[in-house]
Formats: sequence, structure tokens, C-alpha cells
Amino acid sequence: MSEDIEIKDKPLVAKEKNTDEAVEAGLAKLTPERIKNTINEVLQKETGPRFKAYVETCMHCGLCAEACLYFLSNDRDPSYSPAGKVKQTIWGMLEKKGEVSVDFLRRAVHIAQTECNVCKRCSMYCPFGIDVAYLMLLVRRICHKLEITPLYIQDTVNSHSATMNQMWVKEDEWIDTLQWQEEDAREEFEDLRIPLDKVGADVMYSVIAPEPKFQAGLLYQAATIMHAAGINWTMPSSPGWDNSNMAMFTGDNEISGRIARAFYETAARLKVKRIVMGECGHAFRSTYDVGNRWLGWAMPPFEVVHALEFYHELLTTGRITIAEKFKKTVTLHDPCNVSRGRGLHDMAREVTNMVCESFVDMTPNREHNFCCGAGGGVINCGPPYKGERMINNKAKAEQLKATGAEVLIAPCHNCHSGLEDIVEHYDLNMEVKFLGDIIFETMEKKIYKPGEPGELK
Amino acid sequence: MNAFIDFIMGPMVWIAFLIFILGLIFKLVMIIRDVNARESYVYSYLTWKHSLRSIFAWLIPFFPQSTKQSPIFYSISYIFHLLLFIVPIFLMSHIVLINEAFQVSWIALDDSVADILTLVVIFALVFFAIRRQTVPEVKYLTSFSDYILILIVALPFITGFLAYHQFFLYRWMVIAHVISGEMLLIFIPFSKFSHMIVAPLTRAYMGSEFGNVRHAKDW
Repeated sequence: MSEDIEIKDKPLVAKEKNTDEAVEAGLAKLTPERIKNTINEVLQKETGPRFKAYVETCMHCGLCAEACLYFLSNDRDPSYSPAGKVKQTIWGMLEKKGEVSVDFLRRAVHIAQTECNVCKRCSMYCPFGIDVAYLMLLVRRICHKLEITPLYIQDTVNSHSATMNQMWVKEDEWIDTLQWQEEDAREEFEDLRIPLDKVGADVMYSVIAPEPKFQAGLLYQAATIMHAAGINWTMPSSPGWDNSNMAMFTGDNEISGRIARAFYETAARLKVKRIVMGECGHAFRSTYDVGNRWLGWAMPPFEVVHALEFYHELLTTGRITIAEKFKKTVTLHDPCNVSRGRGLHDMAREVTNMVCESFVDMTPNREHNFCCGAGGGVINCGPPYKGERMINNKAKAEQLKATGAEVLIAPCHNCHSGLEDIVEHYDLNMEVKFLGDIIFETMEKKIYKPGEPGELK
Repeated sequence: MNAFIDFIMGPMVWIAFLIFILGLIFKLVMIIRDVNARESYVYSYLTWKHSLRSIFAWLIPFFPQSTKQSPIFYSISYIFHLLLFIVPIFLMSHIVLINEAFQVSWIALDDSVADILTLVVIFALVFFAIRRQTVPEVKYLTSFSDYILILIVALPFITGFLAYHQFFLYRWMVIAHVISGEMLLIFIPFSKFSHMIVAPLTRAYMGSEFGNVRHAKDW
């Protein structure tokens, strides 16, 4: 790794980790009895032969270290290596048969929630394919049951639980925001609609709650693209519109399952053919990989299409045409949940090349890309942990800097926010954009007419 | 004394091989039983195609990214694992013993070649031990039991080497060689050495998750 990037903040000493009031308040209430019972209950009743195999088979070879953004960003400090994190959490719990101290748990929750993006890169570097992300999610599950989950991410889970969306968006605010965006967009396209609750539409378009909360312009863009492409689409007006799922990242499997159920049931109510979702990675993981399993489906009950794949379809079929390609040099970040999680990385490159003139790849890329450092609920643990997150993302900053690109495409909300933080902190002088931003900027603002070439699948 | 030697050279060999083979079979059966009882969803994702794809990808030297990034370790590890089987199976003295007992035999390594290969195995184990001491991310994970594992594998090779050369205490060396070999076999199903059968299973599952659900490579 090059040394030309300076760290603004002083590195934190490994022992003095940040904490927050929710973690501390939770720890203060714990009794040795409860700690022991909770840990043993989760490890004995909620795991099986997979867990046993992972723990018993690990040869302590340390080869997973090379995979981890945290290890590489912290001058190869072994306590940040994937197996090192397992040692400080799961191994300790097993060794002491659940009788661990409050200090141990303070460290464990910090590791599992803020020093691992559950990106699964390390399972590609372990010769045995041990799933360390799964083990870290188990630690989060234990921390959830002990009620020591960090404050900010717990708040999003509380919001999910009460409103079925992540950001405390009220039902009327949601509808109002969609109508406001529809009205604005009609200045550009006079017939444009954001059809609410249109039963039998081909596509249900779904977003995460931060879009109506503070990125309403993205709804405008999406509506424009849908309209121009002549898609028979709809958005739900009722809870179930938000596809995000922070409970999946705190080990609150019950709420996570409720969120996924509400989502699929909304699509079922609207009798849509498929679900298209905005540029978000974790929401894709929730609806394509995790939520369905909790609810008993091996694969999702609906076809779930990530924005990347949808753009690819619109551009290759000619539903959307590009007026003039984007001029600036761009690079592309592969979000873990849609590249390592769904193999969309080659499609992402094709789309980028279709809309941009000059594309430089970053290394490593595709399945091997480094996580943005924000995913897996890490950024959602909020401001108390931002300083160390920036230190933990140093290797990512170096990777970005090496591209020399002016624009960084991040087709995922979490990545987008995390990368903006990195760009600012390390003075990388890059503009972070969604792919949809660029498509919106470069597309011909003409409307697809039925009968024109452009057969969708 | 002679009775003892007869025992470790006779029935004990049978016992060791039986425990080794039956132990591994038992381990496999228990895992399958456990999967059926508690994690049967595994079968929803497991496919032969993706399992074998992943296992074979990881058997090809320097094909997975991880192996490209740690070439020295993987080179030594590949050779070590191969020799661990090749040396004892194709050793002339072992074949002679088997021939005496069952009247079957197969192609043998030249003794001088086997001698060098034995040293290679011992060197690899010394390398693993030194690596545990010197590479920080490995040292961090290492506990006393990891050295015991290295010792258990090393003993049959060291004693075999010393016995072959008859440097000293020949008779005792042979006894130590036989006992440590038997101990290694007995130990395999009940220790981390069971990765012999468990690692292909974890690899198969991860390979299937990646190939089948994630549509991505896992190497």
C-alpha cells in the first residue's frame, strides 16, 4: 500500500474503542447470569453443524487477513483480521462457556457492529470457505438479545418496527413526497405520473426510506427514467414501500423478517410481475438473499431486479437512448451486495461504458472489490464511530486515489454515503454519483412509444 | 517387551486404521445427521456443479486470488499435503510390510528419494512453526495446541527418518515411529485434522452459495 495518504485523525489505540450511550446503558444492566444464558442459548439453539464446522475446522492459518479492509487499513494489525475478530468474540465465548465479562462484550459489540462490514470477502480468501460474516452476524444476534446494540442503528430498527420504514417517514409524508416529485417532474414531461397502488402493473418500484427523507430528487430521476422508457409501473402508498432492512444487520431477525414480509406482501397485493429496486445494496441483500430465507423461501417469491440490471435492460433494449455520453473520467465501485452478492459487476461495467466516455477500473475489482467500509450497518452506527471508520477505510481511499478518476460511480446508497465521507476525509477530490444520476443527465428526454423496437423481457 | 512390540506392530495397526477410517465415517454421518436435523435448508442451495466447481478451483495451484497473494505459503502447503500421503503410501519399507501380510504390493519410491521427501515434510512443518511465531496475524491466532498439531504430524516423519538412518537407538526409534504413526491416524477424526473431510464440505457449501445464489466466483 502506498503511503501518500495522510490520516487526519490520530489512530486510536486498540484498547480504547468508542462506545455510545445505548451500548453503555445496556452493559450496565447486564448480570453474569443473563450474559451466560443468552450466549449459550444463541450458540446452542440457533446454530448447527455449519457453526460447528467453521469453529472446529479453522486451522488458524491467518490467510483471511489479506482479504480484510480493516486489517489492511490499520497497518496489518492482527486484531482486525477476520479470524482475529472471531478470536476476540466467538472463541472467547465458547472457551468461557458464555461466562464473559462486560468488558469483553463492549469489545465484542464494537468488533461485530463497527469493525466488520459482513462483506464476505474473507470467505473468498479462506481455503475452507469459512463464513466469518455469518459468525459476526451471530455476535450481533447475541448483542441484540443482550440489548447492547449501538444507538443510531438501533434507532433505525425501532423505526422499522413502528413504521415499517427506516427513517420514521409517516404515511402521509411518503405519499406527499411522491406527489411533490411527480409535480416537479411534470414540468419536464407533461404526462408523467408516479402511479400509486396500480394493481397489475408490470413493475413495482421500491426505494429505501432515506430517498423520500432527504434525497427526493432520486425519486424524480427514477420517475423520469420509468416514464421515458414507457414502463407500466407503480409504487405502493402503504407501508411495505421501503425495502431497506437495518434489523438484518443488528441480529434482530424477528423484525428483519417482518420487514421482508411486509415488502413481499405489498408486491403481492399489487399483483406486479416483478420488483425493481433503486440503487441500494443492503436492501437487495435483504429482499434477494436474507428476508426470503427467514420467511421460508429458498429464493425470493418475486423476481427482484436491482437498478443496475434494470438500467442494463433499458439500455440494451433501446428503451432508453443516450443523447451524449458523460465526458468526465469515471471509475466504478462494486457494491458487495450486488457484485459478490449477485454477480452484477460485469453488467455494471457494460452500463457504465454505454453512458460514459472514459472509464477506468479500480483494483481489485468485481467479486474482489474492497467494501466501501460503510456497509453491513457500519455507517448506520452513526457519528460516534465516524472517526475510526475513516481510519478503517484508509485502504479504500488508496484504492480510489490510484484510479485518478474525477467521478466515482457508487450504485448503492450505503456505498455512496460512505464513499462521500472517504472522499472528503482524504481530500480525494472526486464527485460521487449514482449510475442513475448519469443516466438521467445523458439520456435523450424522449418517450418510448408502444410499437417501437425495445421488447422487454 | 517382545509381546509389546508384537502388539503395536500387529493388532494396534489394525486398531489405528479402523479408528481412522471408522472415525471419519462416523464424523461424516454425524454431520449429515446434524444437517438433516437442524440445517436442512443447506440442501436448497447445495448443487454438485457449484460444489465441485469451487473444490476444483481451490485445488488448482495459484488459481484462487488468495493463493496468488501468498505464493510461498501455498507452495509449501501444497507440497506438504501431497507428500503427507505420497511418502508413507509409496515407501519401500511400508510396502514390504504390507506385502508380507497381504501379498500385495505396488510401485515404490526409491529409498534415497523418499529420504529427501521426508526431509521436505519436516522442513514444511518447521516452516509452519516458524510462521506461527513470526507472522503477526498468524501469531495472534496461534495457541499452544497449534504447535501440538505440528508435533503430532512431525513425529512419525522424524522418527522414521532417524530409524531409516540407524543413527542411534534403532530399535527404540522404530517403536516410536510405529506408535507416533498410529497416534496420528487415531487423532485425525477427533481433531482439527478432520478438515480432511470437513473442509471439502464447507467449501462445497460456500461454493454453492456463491455459484447458485450469488452468481459469483468464490476463489
